Amino acid sequence: MIEEKFDAIVVGAGMAGNAAALTLAQRGLKVLQLERGEYSGSKNVQGAILYADMLEKLIPDFREDAPLERHLVEQRFWMMDDRSHVGLHYRSDDFNEERPNRYTIIRAQFDKWFSSKVREAGATVLCETTVTELAQDAYGRVIGVRTDRHDGEVHADVVVLAEGVNGLLGTRADLRARPRPDNVALAVKEMHFLPRETIEARFNLKGDEGTVIEAAGTISRGMTGMGFIYANKECVSLGIGCLVSDFEKTGETPYGLLERFKRHPSVAPLIEGSEVKEYSAHLIPEGGYKAIPQLYGHGWVVVGDAAQLNNAIHREGSNLAMTSGRIAAEAIFQVKSRRDPMTKENLSLYKKMLDDSFVIKDLKKYKDMPQLMHIQSQNFFLTYPQLVSKAMQNFVRVDGTPKAEKEKTTLRSFVSARSWTGLFGDAFRFARAWR
Amino acid sequence: MTTELSVRVEDKLFYNRYLVDAGRPHIKVRPHTVPSPALLTLLRACPARCYELNDAGQVEVTVDGCVECGTCRVIGEPGGDIEWSYPRGGYGVLFKFG
Repeated sequence: MIEEKFDAIVVGAGMAGNAAALTLAQRGLKVLQLERGEYSGSKNVQGAILYADMLEKLIPDFREDAPLERHLVEQRFWMMDDRSHVGLHYRSDDFNEERPNRYTIIRAQFDKWFSSKVREAGATVLCETTVTELAQDAYGRVIGVRTDRHDGEVHADVVVLAEGVNGLLGTRADLRARPRPDNVALAVKEMHFLPRETIEARFNLKGDEGTVIEAAGTISRGMTGMGFIYANKECVSLGIGCLVSDFEKTGETPYGLLERFKRHPSVAPLIEGSEVKEYSAHLIPEGGYKAIPQLYGHGWVVVGDAAQLNNAIHREGSNLAMTSGRIAAEAIFQVKSRRDPMTKENLSLYKKMLDDSFVIKDLKKYKDMPQLMHIQSQNFFLTYPQLVSKAMQNFVRVDGTPKAEKEKTTLRSFVSARSWTGLFGDAFRFARAWR
Repeated sequence: MTTELSVRVEDKLFYNRYLVDAGRPHIKVRPHTVPSPALLTLLRACPARCYELNDAGQVEVTVDGCVECGTCRVIGEPGGDIEWSYPRGGYGVLFKFG
């Protein structure tokens, strides 16, 4: 057993864990951070988009040395059927600003850098160490962790569980339930390397400008899911994810979906001739507000993906992770400064502070959206994309048919596919869930 | 596009770096004679195709190519079909990009 006792142990070195460990160390607490990878970042997978605002709150001058890929000047949304896509693109020169708002990043590299800041702030970071269980006293209070190192029990006043979407500790100790198949998506991703100039030409970029594409439609074969294509400096991150419960139901394979997405006529030219250098997979919390577990207890708090904090509609996860990690650390610091014990009651401050932040406010706003998307997946991911594509083709194809007749054809295709009640019902349910 | 695309997952896994903890698999399948529906689901849901049927029709797992996503845990652990732990510190998949 490590005799030394810590103020806090942080389990995991992803966005949430690093934000928590950094904040705690900056406030002068004695922090031990444990990570199972060979270095911080080597087990972490994300698209990935970094949101500057949340990182600035932790490291104001991060742009000076963080390994950033491209700052985003454009966002594309694609609604896809098998041969087409209908796009909504937003591009603005406003995003070519001194302190850009969003960047693409490569997580393994970024997290390694983030971890160096955690060390500089004074935390002890121990990699290649898997935490096997929480150490609890006779009353069930968390007093530390056990690891796979020899004599690996370590004690602390509080344990920050930043163990990720598939975290085992909290569920093994019955602090929260294992994620349900309908509350997590499985995403698979490949890294496609291409010369820098090729990426810039294909994506219409110059210098360090970047763009990201979020795609939905028949690519998910009627399942609730999305594809993504993110331009980095010298590679393109390309992936697709669907609910695990949908994979169970349909028997689709994740690599089959990925292959089909790559061969789509709108996608293939973007990655033609690339060299793939990695294939990864990861779960994404998709349950939203209703899936958030108990966030604190005696001697522990849970942050980031482990707490299901992910905004599936806006594709925001890492910023909710960073923010929840930082807020948990600030709450712990406040309790500590008052020389109060890390009881459940005192740590409820974390939940209060989180409730007041954008994290819970945003998740609450979309609380009905996950369910709507799951139940209506056939309509939202198959029927509508096909109808919209047909409507667009009808609109742009010039073949001598009078326009009034074309409009009637389009309208009839919508009504016959979904009926008037269905169309109004979908619009109403969608609006209500969005509100 | 309804035909099944042939995808060699082994080729994809070949891009990745692993440090295999020989003799200490982090996932174990509960011994069975006839596989449960959950186990059969894993044959197709696992993104690294770690699960395969043996000649006796039982589901076996080979964790060497596992990307540690946890999908099989979410599907197979509730019914006790599999036991899932993380690999020992430093072992398993080593992402270069993530």
